[in-house]
Amino acid sequence: MTDLLIRNAHLIDPATSLDGVHDLFIREGRIAAIERPGAFSALEIKDTIDAAGLVLAPGFIDVHVHLREPGQTWKETIATGTRAAAAGGYTTVVAMPNAVPVNDTVESLTWMLAPARNAAIHLLAMPAATQGSLGEHLTHYEALAMGGAVGFTDDGKPILDDHVMRAALVVAARMGLPVSQHAEDTRLTGGCSMNAGPVAFRLGLRGMTVEAESNIVERDIALLREIEAEEGLRPHLHVQHVSTAKALAAIRQAKQQGLHVTCEAAPHHFTLTEEVLEGYNTNAKMNPPLRAEADRLAVIEAILDGTVDCIATDHAPHAAHEKEVEFERAPNGITGIETALGLALPVLHRQHGLPVAHIVALMSNNPAKIIHLKDRGSLKAGNYADIVLFDPTAEWTFAAAQSLSKSKNTPFDQSPMLGRVHATISEGRVVFRH
Amino acid sequence: MSDKSSSIEKGESLKDTGITLRALGAEAIILRHNASGAPELLARMTGLPVLNAGDGMHEHPSQALLDLRTMLTRLGLDPKSASETCLKGVTVVITGDIRHSRVARSNAMLLPRLGARVILCGPEPLLPQEALSLHPSIEIERDFDRALAQASVAMMLRIQKERLAGLSLDLGAYIEGYQLTEARIAAHVPNVLVMHPGPMIRGLEIQGEVADGPNSAIEEQVSHGLAIRTALLVRALGVKA
Repeated sequence: MTDLLIRNAHLIDPATSLDGVHDLFIREGRIAAIERPGAFSALEIKDTIDAAGLVLAPGFIDVHVHLREPGQTWKETIATGTRAAAAGGYTTVVAMPNAVPVNDTVESLTWMLAPARNAAIHLLAMPAATQGSLGEHLTHYEALAMGGAVGFTDDGKPILDDHVMRAALVVAARMGLPVSQHAEDTRLTGGCSMNAGPVAFRLGLRGMTVEAESNIVERDIALLREIEAEEGLRPHLHVQHVSTAKALAAIRQAKQQGLHVTCEAAPHHFTLTEEVLEGYNTNAKMNPPLRAEADRLAVIEAILDGTVDCIATDHAPHAAHEKEVEFERAPNGITGIETALGLALPVLHRQHGLPVAHIVALMSNNPAKIIHLKDRGSLKAGNYADIVLFDPTAEWTFAAAQSLSKSKNTPFDQSPMLGRVHATISEGRVVFRH
Repeated sequence: MSDKSSSIEKGESLKDTGITLRALGAEAIILRHNASGAPELLARMTGLPVLNAGDGMHEHPSQALLDLRTMLTRLGLDPKSASETCLKGVTVVITGDIRHSRVARSNAMLLPRLGARVILCGPEPLLPQEALSLHPSIEIERDFDRALAQASVAMMLRIQKERLAGLSLDLGAYIEGYQLTEARIAAHVPNVLVMHPGPMIRGLEIQGEVADGPNSAIEEQVSHGLAIRTALLVRALGVKA
């Protein structure tokens, strides 16, 4: 592999306390050295990128994406989804297990992670926490961990049964891995297609209450406390796509009490509210649903105060014909892997004053910690050269038609974005260039 | 068109059904559908005028219009000059399963715009507080007798058992609290106009004697429906009078 020199970039990486203009030298797919501008001029390096005016950060890591392969390749494939991810500045994504069939065995995990799937960037996976994601019998955590699992989840569905969830947390704790929970009490959400409240009432749609989310979060936190006391283990609960003030309050309190809880927030939950569903826009239908303004602001507050550990997109591609149906019949989910940075910067940085460095932490340093990546998620010398170059001041308009994802189901088509990815480098190779 | 009499039953999407109808020369589509928002989807997909004949729990606009015509006629107002004040001084009490009722939603959005005072009445499981968002002037009164005492019009709604979805309701207590009876009318509002969009369940939300009695405009509502729906079609098709 050839050398690559990136010159004059503004390096931002809270994990290594970098915040200034430097040159970064890549050799054999790894970060070889970081020095003052011009320091590498004695080396005769053929491939250089002049990144003056751009931010250079550790490549983004998304712990929550749906790549639809195997089984639903008309929506997305590992190849197309990871190319879209590269366009969004991502260098690692974690595939959820709800493919067809469900990724719940070492064989399916190995198949998914194989080079033949042609992932453009580093691909990881969280296999199912229970067989078939049916919530009854645990999968083989030890074998799956050996096979590369970075956590366990039945994403799309919750693990409802108290005993099963407790067992999942205990066994995963022995592997040192998180259980990633889709917190939804489905006993309360039958037939529901959006947030409960005035908008749902006006639209004649059944609504999911905030308690449907917070009840499960509170139950899971109680289980953590119980397991720590009774088993002498330290289980790690990761709460997916938190969307309500109530669930965030429970997580905030659990963190203060020293329990090992992490959580993610999705860009759509800090950008949009249920109001955009007026007109029955199925491209704004997802689960958990867009909530009220108070909940949106609570998500932002929780990002600002550190309750939220990372931004995850819940990239969920669906074909146009699947979304062009009656609202209640449309599948949940929106694409999001190409718009995360362009939404995080205007909302969190420009509107709420969060430093760009904190956004880098939310999108790279912190997700790396959640899934225990040793040599990614920071610009430490020796790490894989997983890098994103972006212009944090560039204003542009996202066009879904130009998306590299197979699917275009986004509520952000033709929306203004702030911050544009110029190049994404995965293990030293340029995998995206604007 | 209804979803039970078309290829929708065979798995065809609403979009394709609409495009097929358009290709056959349809100039407008009348749609009744059990999914809220289906007419908006069909209109978007076909570009044709779509008359909403009732969508899920969302809206039933032609019912609200025929209810309006019934009120104007029976209350001695001028049915030919609907205006922002034509129902000034009229209090309409809508009682029953408002949560699941598209008729209630359409009336609660239409009538206040014409000057009427609208009071919604029912127990919490059938009438959530969110109903106040239908119009800024909407009121909720949970006590039926207190609501009825203020009514010029008592519009009664059926309990939609098929949509209760897990809600359990004590029917005995409901009848006791919310049934429109001759005794209640005599006690509070002898001249009240009684309306019901149908289908009604005699002996549940309304006493049979009340439905058949002198206060009832239920049969007239149906007749006004014919005129209103003819007018809506004329308008949708752009037919010149």
